[in-house]
Amino acid sequence: MIITRTRFAAPQRLLHWLMAVCILSMLFIGVGMVSTITTKYLTLVQIHKPLGIAILVLALIRLAFRLYYGAPALPADLPEPIKLAANLSQYIFYALMISMPLIGWGMLSAAEYPVVLFGGVHLPSILPVSPSLHTLLWNAHHYLAFAFFGVILMHIAAILFHKLVRNDGVFEAMAPGSSHNQPERRD
Amino acid sequence: MVQSPASSKDFRLWPFVVIAAVIGIAAIGFAYTAGWLSPNRLTPKKLVAGLAPPGGPALGHRRNHAKGICFTGTFEANGEGSALSKAPVFVRGQYPIVGRFNLGTPNPNAEDAMVRTRGLGISITTPDGQVWRSSMINAPIFPVSTPQAFYDLLTASGSKDRDAMKNFIAANPEFLTFLPWAKSDQWTESYAEEPYNSLNSFLFVDESGAKHAIRWSLIPAAQPVSISPGELAKRGPDYLEQEITQRVAAGPQHWNLIVTVANPGDPTADPNKAWPVDRRTVNVGTMTVQQIEPEPDGPCRDINYDPTVLPAGITTSDDPFPAARSAAYSRSYNSRTAEEADYPRTATGAKQ
Repeated sequence: MIITRTRFAAPQRLLHWLMAVCILSMLFIGVGMVSTITTKYLTLVQIHKPLGIAILVLALIRLAFRLYYGAPALPADLPEPIKLAANLSQYIFYALMISMPLIGWGMLSAAEYPVVLFGGVHLPSILPVSPSLHTLLWNAHHYLAFAFFGVILMHIAAILFHKLVRNDGVFEAMAPGSSHNQPERRD
Repeated sequence: MVQSPASSKDFRLWPFVVIAAVIGIAAIGFAYTAGWLSPNRLTPKKLVAGLAPPGGPALGHRRNHAKGICFTGTFEANGEGSALSKAPVFVRGQYPIVGRFNLGTPNPNAEDAMVRTRGLGISITTPDGQVWRSSMINAPIFPVSTPQAFYDLLTASGSKDRDAMKNFIAANPEFLTFLPWAKSDQWTESYAEEPYNSLNSFLFVDESGAKHAIRWSLIPAAQPVSISPGELAKRGPDYLEQEITQRVAAGPQHWNLIVTVANPGDPTADPNKAWPVDRRTVNVGTMTVQQIEPEPDGPCRDINYDPTVLPAGITTSDDPFPAARSAAYSRSYNSRTAEEADYPRTATGAKQ
């Protein structure tokens, strides 16, 4: 008997919503901090670095959960191009969640900045000091951040479409709350 | 539960309105946060652009304090600073410094005698990997009280309007207290004879967690020898770099690091306001400059002397400048490292 999940596992849902808050905050902090010279600048930078590392750690845990639990199937009647886009977006999200903090960390390393998280807590340098490497990573961090925000907007639009237009259970698969309203379907 | 999707027959408009509204609000919020909807916001980009000479910045170089020379040396802490700050850099011992003597100009080819402000950047690393960076200048106070006033000063001094400076001074009378120093002809003949002042106040945090508002200065061991700008001009456009190279080759140069502790009520948020001279000072150690290295190959070239790179035990205060400087220095750093081709290292490639 094959058990098909209709919802993501509870730890997956928890991580999804926790990371949604973290990542959206992170993107707003990022564009906000590079556009101000007020003392908010330092506060935002001080949040940006440890939050980035937190996202990296959470993303790796989430990837492990994903490999362990898998994901519920998409609605069978979803057109193939949409299914493809949905699956592709998952890869893009994982790639961004893991690469963005690493790029930021590498960028700081290449610029010979100490990577300070809190007070005396600092991370080792992961790349040699290099202006060209710094420039490459800085540009990547910058443009991927905007791409990340764009992908998130599309993700939100898509899930609202699933919920409000199709009402096909895709939103419920990741919705918070206990699962007794959504019994697992057994095929 | 999986439900059957809505058919095209019962098309409803409102879900699409909701989707457009949600995405639109998020995008507008993002644009606002990025400053795209606030043309008057003073951004790092504007501040750094304000520093550039009319012909544009010198590519590959720092956007200010562009002319400089690297040094390596040590900071020898005498342990006295530990009463004020738990930073490991104040624990008795010797810690390596990578530093840079420089001139307060956006022009890397400026003649020494044309630049009143001389600066010093230092980066001290302790064995646990903590880094303390500081950029100081030889002026006793900063020209203005706020970052916005500094931007206005840059704008006014670059303006073609004859009344621009007059209007600036009317709006920022604190600038007048800086002028006597700026116009004084008591210059020194060496980078080694200059005091270098943090100007900005910071907080030292001691072992008990108590915070002390402080400023610091590096006071030279060398006796200052006065020279007029005219006399300095005769010695050559790059005299200071030649002089410091020869001087350090002949023997290490020393500065005492003097920390001044504010009394309650002292103006910690305004680097234009000197603290009364009777304030407690603590000599926390000695900086020794041991070797001078030209900048193109030198270890200081690719360091951002961001004054907010601080070890645990030192934090920023209510002084608004370190944040503004950090934001602007970061912008400058990102620009100049991206222009590496315009400021190539010399062929010897001393630093890999």
